[in-house]
Amino acid sequence: MGGDLVIYFDNAASSWPKPPEVISAMKHFMEDIGANPGRSGHRLSVEAARIVFDARERVAELFGSKDSSRIIFLMNGTQGMNLGIKGFLKAGDCVVVSSMEHNAVMRPLRRLEEKQGIKITFVPSQKSGQLDLDELKKALAKKVRLVIITHASNVTGGIMPIRDIGTLVKEKSNAMFMVDACQSVGSLPIDVDEMKIDLLAFTGHKGMLGPQGTGGLYIREGIELDTLMEGGTGSSSERDVQPDFLPDKYESGTMNTVGIAGLGAGVEFVMRMGVEKIREQEMHLTRMLMEGLSEIGGVEMYGPEDHEERIAICAFNLRGRDPAEVGLSLDRDFGIMCRVGLQCAPVAHKTIGTFPRGAVRFSLGYFNSETEVRSAVDTVKKVNRMGK
Amino acid sequence: MSGERRCIITFSSVHHALKAEKILLQGGTKVTLIPVPREISSDCGIALEVPDGEETRIKGMLEENRVAVEGFHFLRR
Repeated sequence: MGGDLVIYFDNAASSWPKPPEVISAMKHFMEDIGANPGRSGHRLSVEAARIVFDARERVAELFGSKDSSRIIFLMNGTQGMNLGIKGFLKAGDCVVVSSMEHNAVMRPLRRLEEKQGIKITFVPSQKSGQLDLDELKKALAKKVRLVIITHASNVTGGIMPIRDIGTLVKEKSNAMFMVDACQSVGSLPIDVDEMKIDLLAFTGHKGMLGPQGTGGLYIREGIELDTLMEGGTGSSSERDVQPDFLPDKYESGTMNTVGIAGLGAGVEFVMRMGVEKIREQEMHLTRMLMEGLSEIGGVEMYGPEDHEERIAICAFNLRGRDPAEVGLSLDRDFGIMCRVGLQCAPVAHKTIGTFPRGAVRFSLGYFNSETEVRSAVDTVKKVNRMGK
Repeated sequence: MSGERRCIITFSSVHHALKAEKILLQGGTKVTLIPVPREISSDCGIALEVPDGEETRIKGMLEENRVAVEGFHFLRR
């Protein structure tokens, strides 16, 4: 899979290639079904609704949730974050976040800070970006209403101890616990009950191996969010107000059914392979990459030193070199696709001391190979020499 | 047989209709997904036809699995 001349190390931005089943499922929907799910009683509409239903059931299973009606399908993880944050918070509320959050978390919060005077508290991190549980304990007060923590940083790959955090949040406060699982889902096990997660935002086009334009939010039973959008749902059409049952309440307008068909197939693939096996393969490659890069003189690496504390991300810089220039050379001269700069996470780069320069980020996926990792390490050596 | 009773379950959302179908099939109940008959007013477009006389058991299974039912309807053939 993949083009011969390209090494794709940008899986944290969007995973590629996708399993062939994902493409077949999307093609099947476009060629044979095409109808609007849940809008009509005819057989093609029912088939479309079944595709969405099956995908929802699989996603719920992947998250360890028994009630798939609590899985809301949206266009991406960002919409999931926005629905959770803006649907839950009220004027003057206090929120606690880690110092490694993505702009999908920070920008909606900053907007509410400006508009409704919410108060944001950052939990200080270690230099590696890893969260300090004692610092979190200090930040938790009775008046905190929401704690938002990324499951794994999109900059360093560092995994946050979500299970311990969930326990702590519930012990020390009355806050709801929201997790940004965009980078982790499919690569790390998730169990919303065991981890005491109340809201979980996910994207479909990374570790879930689905197409872009898919994602959403898990909402624990009992949590009422305000809607950010209202409209047609195919249900309760006799009434001109929004229905109050899930998933319809939060899914107005025709869905990305072709995308969800692909997402369902992607999640099926992940479950067939097994998250543990995917993790094992990704860690094998990550360890090789980290060892290879660390042997190159002049490479500065960021994030936890132990690969087991990471997902398959390696952020680094070549001493004295601009990451943008390094990235350009990797692509143009050597066919290595990666992401450089700030990766939409200025807060995280400030935490690890790489703001505003940013870093070169290699992010691996299940379909990368040892050969590609070896070749990339050799290439970084060359690029490092070229700049001297 | 003329005059035989049909038991039809309607739902507020297609999601719940499909969830009910899955649960009932897994529990060994004979169930058919049908377009909502015109005698019944329901908006979600599809309904489930189940064997008459098993409402109590079916209700229990659906409640246990938190499937929201709009209503049980009985029609004469």
